[in-house]
Amino acid sequence: MNQRLFWDKFFEKVFKGTAWVAVLTLVGIFLMLLINSARAFETISFAEFFSGTAWNPAAYGEATYGIGAMLFSTLLVTIGAMLIAVPLGIGAAAFLSEVASPRTRNILKPAIEMLAAVPSVVIGFLGIVLVAPALAKIFDLPHGLNALNGSILLAIMALPTLISVTEDAIHAVPQHYKEASYALGANRWETLLRVTLPSCTSGILVAIMLGLGRALGETMTVLMATGNATAMPNGFFDSVRTITATVAIEMGEVPFGTPHYFSLFACALVLFLITLLVNIAAERVAAGYRRKGQ
Amino acid sequence: MLSMRTVLYCSLIIFLAGCTRRNVETITIKGSDTEVNLVLQLAEAYMETNPAISVSVTGGGSGVGIAGLLNGRLDVANSSREINNHELVLASERNIAIEHFIFAADALAIICHPSVPIDSMSLDDLGKIFSGEIQNWQQLGGAAGIISLYGRQSNSGTFMYFRERVLGKDYAPGIKQMNGNAQILEAVKADPNAIGYISLGYLTDETGALRHGIKVIKLTTEPGKIAISPLDRAAIKAGLYPLTRPLFHFSNGTASDIIRAFYDFEKSPAGQKIIAQNGYLPPSEAGLAFNSVK
Repeated sequence: MNQRLFWDKFFEKVFKGTAWVAVLTLVGIFLMLLINSARAFETISFAEFFSGTAWNPAAYGEATYGIGAMLFSTLLVTIGAMLIAVPLGIGAAAFLSEVASPRTRNILKPAIEMLAAVPSVVIGFLGIVLVAPALAKIFDLPHGLNALNGSILLAIMALPTLISVTEDAIHAVPQHYKEASYALGANRWETLLRVTLPSCTSGILVAIMLGLGRALGETMTVLMATGNATAMPNGFFDSVRTITATVAIEMGEVPFGTPHYFSLFACALVLFLITLLVNIAAERVAAGYRRKGQ
Repeated sequence: MLSMRTVLYCSLIIFLAGCTRRNVETITIKGSDTEVNLVLQLAEAYMETNPAISVSVTGGGSGVGIAGLLNGRLDVANSSREINNHELVLASERNIAIEHFIFAADALAIICHPSVPIDSMSLDDLGKIFSGEIQNWQQLGGAAGIISLYGRQSNSGTFMYFRERVLGKDYAPGIKQMNGNAQILEAVKADPNAIGYISLGYLTDETGALRHGIKVIKLTTEPGKIAISPLDRAAIKAGLYPLTRPLFHFSNGTASDIIRAFYDFEKSPAGQKIIAQNGYLPPSEAGLAFNSVK
């Protein structure tokens, strides 16, 4: 008995420690980004960093550190991805949970989840050899290495999360809601659209935010497929370079301790704050959702 | 029983492999994307005759190689550009004495999509195209079409060399920054308005024939002179092609005996044969004279 108690306590401590390690890591990452970013602003002015649109630390003449065009590109690609992934994801989730036969669902669901396991380099490669030429052909462009290509690929990468979480949310809608709707004479389509989906809005919001976080932080795929032009894009058909791609491209070659080195931390900090906000928002919505569930 | 025996043999092999490993001396080489395939082939040929030495070669860009050498992670940095003043200052701060060895020469080829109606241009016009002063093929007498620029990322020696030699200022911000020579080649093939720069080694296939789907632009240094193609070896050797450059190895301090032995192999007829097979040129007389490792 004594021994059992000991192991009980022991593992409680171990797992408590593990949980705290996660928290400390997050705080550590944040502090590291903050401290290194602060050093960037010793030489680069806030105004230049946030309002400038030209990012050229390895310039021929004077180096410029403006995050504007990259920030806009990141948002452009991410929002584009969400515009594609959200309707598709919700539709697919609704189909899986409400319409598909158990047999179809048993095939489709693991297949969709498997999509999440495809490495991002592979998706980026598909973007170069498959999506880019197709886009160039469809829209009559000289090349398809643009923001739209990135959006399509990120949409594919965000879909598994979106579908899984949305489907769980739809599943959690109590059966008697639907039964009441049927009893009032609504058909399946009306029930889905007017009763089931509205009653799990917050769950769907969480799914969207998680998908958004995934798309924001993705590096390799956009690095390969969007052409990496640092100019301010005019739309989805222009080549763009996202913040993640910039950090990935430039971190390898930059000598330690230079303004360029610290500026990359500042870029990473901006990205970190955006994803943190998205995740906090998702957490908030999810908390409200759980309260409502009870 | 069989499985038991297999396990025994396997562990014996692993054990022996562990033993031999310890006696192998390793040279770690990293850097230039232009050089990576060439140096890899040289290393493989060298290891065949010298099994006691293991040479590992990876790419990433000249800037990445030099940064790796400065950060003490490499034996040799491959670079398609000279080391710059800023890097030399960092090296002396860290007590690293940079030694350079030129083992081959390369010519940078300007390639276009075959549908571009221009066969030759002056170095001056080339600079105007890549800096964005000339934006339409019409301005050079071709059919109307917005010129689509493909170049490398700032970690690339070729990026720096081309900017220094041809532009003398910054690249146009709309230039698409590709990950390596092979990516530029593929992108130019697919884009009817494309122009890009790649190294000689990527211009031809294994048989020495020009790769399909691209057109090589001949260059003139002054108006009225004959335009020279980078495929014209005699003209390059005579110093008539303007974008000829040496390919460097950089090492820390006086090269150790094993590095020196590898350099000697590169200089030998067997090494020079591999260099020629890959489409590159022997080092120029001036290059050999410039070497600090003889």
